[in-house]
Amino acid sequence: MKTKAFIKHALTGNEAAAYAMKQINPDVVAAYPITPATEIVQIFSKYVSNGEVTTEFVPVESEHSAMSVCVGASASGARVMTATASQGLALMHEILYIAASLRLPIVMVVGNRALSGPINIHCDHSDAMGSRDSGWIQMFCENANEVYHTVIMAVKIAEKVNLPCMVGMDGFIITHGMEVIETIDDEEVKRFISKRTPLYSVLDIEKPITIGPLDLFDWYFEHKRSQLEGMLQAKKVIPEVVEEYNQRFGTNFPAFLETYRMDDAEFAIISMSSAAGTMKEAIDIKREEGLKVGLLRIKTTRPFPYEILREKTKGLKAIGIMDRAESWSTMGGPLSIEVKSALYPLDKRPFAIDFVFGLGGREFPIEDAFKIIDITRKLSEGEEFPEFVHIGLKE
Amino acid sequence: MKFKSWKDLPEGAIVRDVPTSPEFKTGDWKSRTPKYIPEKCTHDLLCWLYCPDSAIHVKDGKIEKFDLDYCKGCGICASICPQDAIEMVEEEV
Ligand code: SF4
Repeated sequence: MKTKAFIKHALTGNEAAAYAMKQINPDVVAAYPITPATEIVQIFSKYVSNGEVTTEFVPVESEHSAMSVCVGASASGARVMTATASQGLALMHEILYIAASLRLPIVMVVGNRALSGPINIHCDHSDAMGSRDSGWIQMFCENANEVYHTVIMAVKIAEKVNLPCMVGMDGFIITHGMEVIETIDDEEVKRFISKRTPLYSVLDIEKPITIGPLDLFDWYFEHKRSQLEGMLQAKKVIPEVVEEYNQRFGTNFPAFLETYRMDDAEFAIISMSSAAGTMKEAIDIKREEGLKVGLLRIKTTRPFPYEILREKTKGLKAIGIMDRAESWSTMGGPLSIEVKSALYPLDKRPFAIDFVFGLGGREFPIEDAFKIIDITRKLSEGEEFPEFVHIGLKE
Repeated sequence: MKFKSWKDLPEGAIVRDVPTSPEFKTGDWKSRTPKYIPEKCTHDLLCWLYCPDSAIHVKDGKIEKFDLDYCKGCGICASICPQDAIEMVEEEV
């Protein structure tokens, strides 16, 4: 059944996220302001003051406390959301692992921003990449419209698999960029996310439990294996929920990976987030010139869609992977390392090169997108390049 | 409940069969054991009050026994006893 009852708004990414949170009306929101995600909870606190939501809003003294409150509230069975960015996410780091291992479906919007130092408030992915292995589901949106819809889907996904979920959007580029957003009706949102059925509740005095026990060499390993089961389950549940959403609302969002002009592509660019929008434009232009180039936009990085990548890169001569973060491995950024290891078991692999770009909000103009396409094309023709190159760097 | 594999564990590493602390015999790492001398004891119960592991059991206002499953051998009971009715002796290995 399709209900294409969209209401159009002109909203920034932050406003879109806050609006989705209003419609979700979570039981608890605990947050601490940080650029460029401040507005999300600032706007949300207005909803609270105006009585437009019934959320228990907890303004805390740090992000470490914000995530700690989220953990406590979620362990009681509440539906819990928050938002942060950069240093704030870094300060939550310790508690992120606890949220995931306690299997608490907290949904957090992250305005992706560079990490200090030097101090920088602009976009890159080093914050989210720093929490790559924390056990959270991680999604990255291309534009504000996708942020709005993904936040709603994330609630359902997280609660179905009992894992926390981060929804990323590029700092300033999306958090502060205004777009036309197509929202769905409040009632439709409620119906879609329905009610949370928690695994357990610390407030259930009929069934007392202990959470967060000491767990040494005898069972810690087994608990980690059990936690992995949630991520494996997420690989099934994410496409189901996204499909259900697309069906119901006539949208077309990818679960893990979006393919763009890949049909007869000879080489492809692999990208994430807002840069994919610029890259699509560049690919359209290069396609006109006869280049057989396509785009694979990775939406979900945890769980990592390695099987789909193997499938979608089949027959390609080369791939150019775009990383908006450093990994300090000296072999490129984190995305390229994961993409390359995903393809390693294949007999025939495309040539691969990594493009580290846009750190600290360095602009990514279409000329740079052309450069990336050009280098990847040359690579597909057998020209040799280093493991990774910097794009947009003053060399 | 006894677990055999990771598949038996409740999700979220929670513990359902609470309380579980009685099953965790914390006394196995002591190197000294309190030796109780009933003839000297006046049952003022200071040791019972001070024992950090509730390892001293009292019945009808009198010392009943030292529960060595949970006694960690710290010696607080012996040092607090005004009658020297508790002596710490080396554990035999
Ligand atoms: S030695 Fe320490 S733990 Fe053992 S009974 Fe005395 S006070 Fe309690």
